[in-house]
Amino acid sequence: MIIAERKPVNEILGMVSDAQKILVLGCRGCVTVCSAGGEREVEILASLIKLGLQKEGKKAEVIEGTLVRQCDKEYIDGIDQWKGQYDVIVSMACGVGVNFIANLRSNETVYPAVNTSFMGGSAEQGEWTEQCAGCGDCVLHHTGGLCPVARCAKSLMNGPCGGSVAGRCEIHPEVECIWQSIHDRLGRIGNSDAMSTIAPIRDWNTAGHGGPRKALRDDLTI
Amino acid sequence: MSFTPDIQAFCCHYTSQQTIAEGSEGLKNDGMPENITLNRLVCTGKLQVSTLLKAFEDGADGVYVVGCPTDTCHNVKGSQRAAKRVSAIKKALAELSVEPERIEMFHLERGFHPEFVEVGQMMNQKISDLGPCPLKGETK
Repeated sequence: MIIAERKPVNEILGMVSDAQKILVLGCRGCVTVCSAGGEREVEILASLIKLGLQKEGKKAEVIEGTLVRQCDKEYIDGIDQWKGQYDVIVSMACGVGVNFIANLRSNETVYPAVNTSFMGGSAEQGEWTEQCAGCGDCVLHHTGGLCPVARCAKSLMNGPCGGSVAGRCEIHPEVECIWQSIHDRLGRIGNSDAMSTIAPIRDWNTAGHGGPRKALRDDLTI
Repeated sequence: MSFTPDIQAFCCHYTSQQTIAEGSEGLKNDGMPENITLNRLVCTGKLQVSTLLKAFEDGADGVYVVGCPTDTCHNVKGSQRAAKRVSAIKKALAELSVEPERIEMFHLERGFHPEFVEVGQMMNQKISDLGPCPLKGETK
């Protein structure tokens, strides 16, 4: 899922300082699962905005809403239910949601309430770690299912580097050296030979270095 | 200018047994400040961050939570969860340049004991010293 974290309250207050009617808009997708922008977080942020503005002697109407997703046109249309009740939208969805609102509602003001951080999973309750970089050319079949692009500090395709010590990364010692883990895992699943295969120089165009990416499924388009 | 703070206390079923047995008059006789409003919960683990923020929205100058000791919570981790949520509010208050000590968490034994009243008196003194909560916007 996409992992996000709420921006500092004062940064958000800076965005809405002149607004009179604010819609704090959550998303029931990834940001609900990672507790950054679901219904509960909407309630908290709405409260903080009200308190923060009140402290500055300002008053604004703050209403709360949450959409099933903010990354589909059908759900963005659901914003119509609050028509006339807001002059700015503070989206608690990931950056995709904010972009979708901006794309589809050309005359409306939308602000981001979260920093979209990475694609990852929940390692433990309250802790999320990056697992995939969305590079567009998956190599997991060569690496035992562990991603060197997202999980190696240097995104090495032929690791480990010379700095790996006792299975830990030299850049972030609190993190495992993913190439050590790849090596160990390939051994466990009887595929150690894969470590001898040299990965060729990579074309990073698929990773977004060639501009915005697009996926097209002809069988799904009408 | 005299100032009587509005203090909201959230107590679990077990730590607030004294309030039930003695009633508000009994507590008053024990020395519990009258400006403290007790809100009873089945467990402090039930408390949401938004509930505590709402107390400030509704005009509280100070808020505190009384839950079981961390190792003897009836619901195992309820009071630990509450403590985490109180910490989240402290962080939010600091972000808004408001004294984080306007909210506190206390872990007390269940039943009758003088500490229940003492923490009330302590919070009352502290919040009285701090003055009205800036979140009310009255100081502007």
